[in-house]
Formats: sequence, C-alpha cells, structure tokens
Amino acid sequence: MSSTSQTAKAGNGRLGALTAWIDERFPMTALWKSQVAEYYAPKNMNFWYYFGSLALLVMVIQIITGIFLTMNYKPSATEAFSSVEYIMREVEWGWLIRYMHSTGASAFFIVVYLHMFRALLYGSYQKPRELLWIFGMLIYFVLMAEAFFGYLLPWGNMSYWGAQVIVSLFGAIPVVGDSLMEWIRGDFFISDVTLNRFFALHVVAIPLALVFLVIAHLMALHEVGSNNPDGVEIKKVKGPDGIPLDGIAFHPYYTVKDLIGVGVFLILFSLVIFFAPTMGGYFLEYANFEPANPLQTPPHIAPVWYFTPFYAILRAVPSKPLGAALMGLAVMLFVFLPWLDRGKVKSIRYRGPLFKFFLISFAISFVALGYLGLQAPTALFTNLARLFTVVYFAFFLLMPWYSSVDKTKPVPTRVTYHAH
Amino acid sequence: MRIKLLVLVAALAPAASFAAGGGAHLDPANVDIGNRAALQRGAANFVNYCLGCHSAQYVRYNRMAADIGITEQQLIDNLMFTGQRPHDLMKIGINRDDALRWFGVVPPDLSLIARSRGADYVYTFLRSYYAEPGRPTGVNNLVLPGTAMPHVLWELQGTQDAVWEGHVDAQGNAQKHFKEFQLATPGKLTPEQFDGFVRDTVTFLEYIAEPAQLKRRALGFPVIAFLVFFTLLAYALKKEFWKDVK
Repeated sequence: MSSTSQTAKAGNGRLGALTAWIDERFPMTALWKSQVAEYYAPKNMNFWYYFGSLALLVMVIQIITGIFLTMNYKPSATEAFSSVEYIMREVEWGWLIRYMHSTGASAFFIVVYLHMFRALLYGSYQKPRELLWIFGMLIYFVLMAEAFFGYLLPWGNMSYWGAQVIVSLFGAIPVVGDSLMEWIRGDFFISDVTLNRFFALHVVAIPLALVFLVIAHLMALHEVGSNNPDGVEIKKVKGPDGIPLDGIAFHPYYTVKDLIGVGVFLILFSLVIFFAPTMGGYFLEYANFEPANPLQTPPHIAPVWYFTPFYAILRAVPSKPLGAALMGLAVMLFVFLPWLDRGKVKSIRYRGPLFKFFLISFAISFVALGYLGLQAPTALFTNLARLFTVVYFAFFLLMPWYSSVDKTKPVPTRVTYHAH
Repeated sequence: MRIKLLVLVAALAPAASFAAGGGAHLDPANVDIGNRAALQRGAANFVNYCLGCHSAQYVRYNRMAADIGITEQQLIDNLMFTGQRPHDLMKIGINRDDALRWFGVVPPDLSLIARSRGADYVYTFLRSYYAEPGRPTGVNNLVLPGTAMPHVLWELQGTQDAVWEGHVDAQGNAQKHFKEFQLATPGKLTPEQFDGFVRDTVTFLEYIAEPAQLKRRALGFPVIAFLVFFTLLAYALKKEFWKDVK
C-alpha cells in the first residue's frame, strides 16, 4: 500500500486539470487532505470508536427519509394521522421509509448514548477537548428537542398525551409557567396550531441547528485530534515528518474500518425494520396506532425509551417543580464534566478503583432508571427510582472528590497497540 | 467488558412487551397472515359481520383483494354489497348521530385495531361475551366490561353464561372471580368452529392493520443477506489495508 495522500493529488489528464481549476477557486484538495487523508487518528481506537461515524450515518438516514416523508405527510390535526397511514399503505415504499425514520430515531439515541459513554470511559471530555464535548452535548440537547417535536407529528394518542405531559413540565416553572406553556403550544391545549409549529421546528429549525452543531463538533475534533483508549496525546510524540508516530491517516485506515461498523449497524437496523418495526412497543408505541383523542388518555402514558431515565427521575421526586428541576439538572450536568473531573489520567485503563466504581454504578443506574421510567409507578419502583436517582447524581456531584483522591496507574507515553 | 455488555443488552434487547390493555387473561390468537384461505374467509366474515357498523377507512377494496389473492370480479361478487367501486376505501354509511343514539358511542374504525390492541385482545374479546340480562344489550364482555357493542356473533356462537367463583376477603367483602364460560344455547357453529371463525376474522384484521407486513418479512431476508456479504467484504478490505499498521 503506497502513500495515501495520492488520492487527492492533481494527476495528469482532464480530471487533474479540473482538480487544479477547482483548487485555484475553492480549497477542495486542501480540505480533503486536512480533514480526511492527512488527518491523523490514533491507531489504537477500539470498538467504542464506531459510534461517532454511526451517529453521522443515522443523521443522514433521518434527513433523507425525513425529506421523503415530508412529501406525503400533512401537518394538520384532521389529516396527520390519516396521512401517516396513507404513507404506510398507499405510497410506494412508504412503509419502508417510515420504518427507517421511526427506527432511526431510536437508533440515533442508542449510538449517541454509546458514543457519550465512550467519552466517560476514556475521559474524552478532558482538556483540551472541553469545547468538543460541549458541542457534543449541545447536539444531544438538540436531538432531544428534535425527537420530542417529531413524536407529536403522527398525531396518535400517545403523541398527543406525551406532548401534553412534557409541555406541562414547563408549567412547573414558578410565575411564568402557565404563560410559557401557552406560548409553546400556541393554544390553551395541544392543538392543530401546536402540531403546525412542531412540524416547522422538526423539519427546518432543529435539523439546521443539528447540522451546524455537527460541523462545529467535527471541526473541534479535527483541531484537537481524537482521544484514544489509552488517553495518550499522540501529538506529543511525532516523527521527523511531523506526523504523530502513533497516528494513521483517517482515510483509508478508519474509513475502511468504519465500513465494518456501518455493515454491522445496518444488519441490526434492518432486523428491526423488517422483522420488528415496533420493537415490541418500544420504538413505536401501541397506543399511538389510535388517533389523538383529547378526551381519553392511553391506559399508561410513558415517553419513548430514550427519555425514560429522566422521566423516572421526575417521577421519583414528590414535588413536581423540584422533580422537573432535578430532571433538567440530570441532563445538564454532563456539560460540566470537564470541570467536575479532577483526575490526572483520562482513560479508565489507568483510573483507580473509586472512579471505576462510580462509573459502573452510574451506568447501572442510568439503565435502571430507563427501565423504571417505562413502568407504571408502584411503591417499590418509586423507591428504587429514588435510590438510582441518588446514585446518578452522586456520579457527578462527588466526582471532584473521588477523581482527585483516586489511586491512578502510570500512563505510558505511547499508545498500546498490537498489530493483528 | 461487563459495562459494554450491560449497555448493549439494555439498548438493543428490551426484555418484555407491553400488555395490550385490560385486566383479563388473553388467549393467544395464533394468527398466520401467510394463510391466504384464512385471509379470504376472514375478509368474508369481516364484510358480513363487522363492516355494517365499523369502517376500515384506510383499506382500499381492490388492494385488499390483490393481497388476499382474489380477482376483482370475485371481490365485487362476494365482498361488496353497497354499490361501492373496487378502488374505494372501506368506509361505511353509518350516521354519527344515529350511532351515538343507538350505542352511546361511534363504533371505532377497525383498520388498526389489531395493532393498537393486539390480535390476542380482539380474539379473546370476540369470544368473551356472556349473558347479563340487566344490560341494554343483554350481554356483557369479560375483556371489555360494560362494552356498548352487542354480541353480533351470537347466532354463530350461541349464548354462554359466565361461571363465577366467590370468596370472602380479609375485610369481609364478597369477591368474585371468573371461572369459566358455559354454553347455554348452542349456536350454528361448534365451539371449535367458532374459534376458527374468530381466528380467521382476526387474521384479516391483523393483515389490514399493516398490509406491508406481507412484503416486509420477505424482503428482510435478501436485504440482510446482502448486508452480511457487504460486512464480510468490508472486513476483508480493512484487514488488507491495516496490514501495514505496525
């Protein structure tokens, strides 16, 4: 395998001439080189590093399927539900596009949660990647808004009551709560007006913000360089050519490697789409196959699974304003991780037992809260949710303490890598 | 490693499915929408016994006919009684106000009932009517107590009584539990035939709830076969490129 930067080099012939013509007017080759062919990533990136490129893939799937859905969907309270059924039954391949979009919503959160957990494992939010992390968290917040607005659009009964419950959270804010709820809905209840504005936000405003934030996230990443499972800065050890000794060109090495991730992801994605599109009521809720009915709630209202860890925290607190505040805090605390973490090492490989204990407890409590948020509340479940809420917050709030007193192992100067 | 597994399992394999609603025990419908004969019998049952009051407003007659394997002429001769055209949707002429006056509710559209409630729910519901003389319809239903829907299939099933067991609880209140149904007057069909009749009908309802499922599963296999091939290729490509990473 010869040098990889040749791909973009202006060769001879017409194509070379065209490349040169463009390069004099737009930095095409320069961008390709700096961002892809000569972007050096650590050679020891493992399984956990697939989820960034997969998140990008899912975003593209969502945008493309979303465009096609928009061609046949009608954002009106009288027509929305029927238009979705029209897509499912009468539009050529409409069912496939719709299932890709509905499965894509859950897949987006799965890959983003795994991507975020990777950052916790290897300290990817630590200096100098604080802004990279913050852009990532903004992407996550925007994604939550996108999912929330999108969930109303099918205008099923769970869409309706789910939106009702989430909008009513803003009513918990003192003084301005009620007016804020009216402002969000544009009406005194969830109505045609609400559906119209949620549609506008879901298909234009939020996706635009999402795309810009993803670009900012990637720019920040390519400025500071990728972290790796050892948490070693590969830029500290460079060869005579100025290339990090432990770095390899993103293209072709990681483009071909990510292709495997894409393949495995698409297999799992297709298994859901073709064999279990509702995923037993978790990806598409059964109550949402009944049209919105303002006079009758579904038997049991629960948000879709990706919101349930936070929903469980909300329900665990007896006071609604305090619960809403804690729920907001549970989401926001991630942003402060770069400053809560006083650890001298980045990667879990060199952290001490305290950090490992708190991280594992956090992962368990996140999953447990997600499960509890899906269930109807019982006394036992509420108490469990309270316990896990405490564990959840302990991970963040005690971090300045346990991360600084923890016994860490010495970090090597080079990454650990065994050629396969 | 353990954390990785935990997160993956939690994210990809939800443990249990949601209950379809209602407190009663549901019998498994065991429908097979690949069974064309059952679909065709179910379609006939549906237009004869359900479509008078319930619409299936998202279902188009001729698309349904094509999917269940009958010709347009067979459709017109056997399944269409009200002067509609084959490309019409399965809507009905019942007047909202009349429906409210007769039943107290507008009979719900059945296009998606097997998806929103589940096939087992509908299967059990249709077989769980029992005589209760005090009620306006003369019957009640174990799955949906107090339902406004009369026992439309009584001629076929006959009438059955519910047998209750009683006990006195710790607070001294009498409690009753359902024990079993007893056939009071036999209908035109034997109990086995009647279960088959309901199963066929539910098979049809399951199909109209998601017509795409006939195609969906069949398409899944070649798609996944291709993706497995693609992934193996990608793996070989990666191995080849990464040979020079030391």
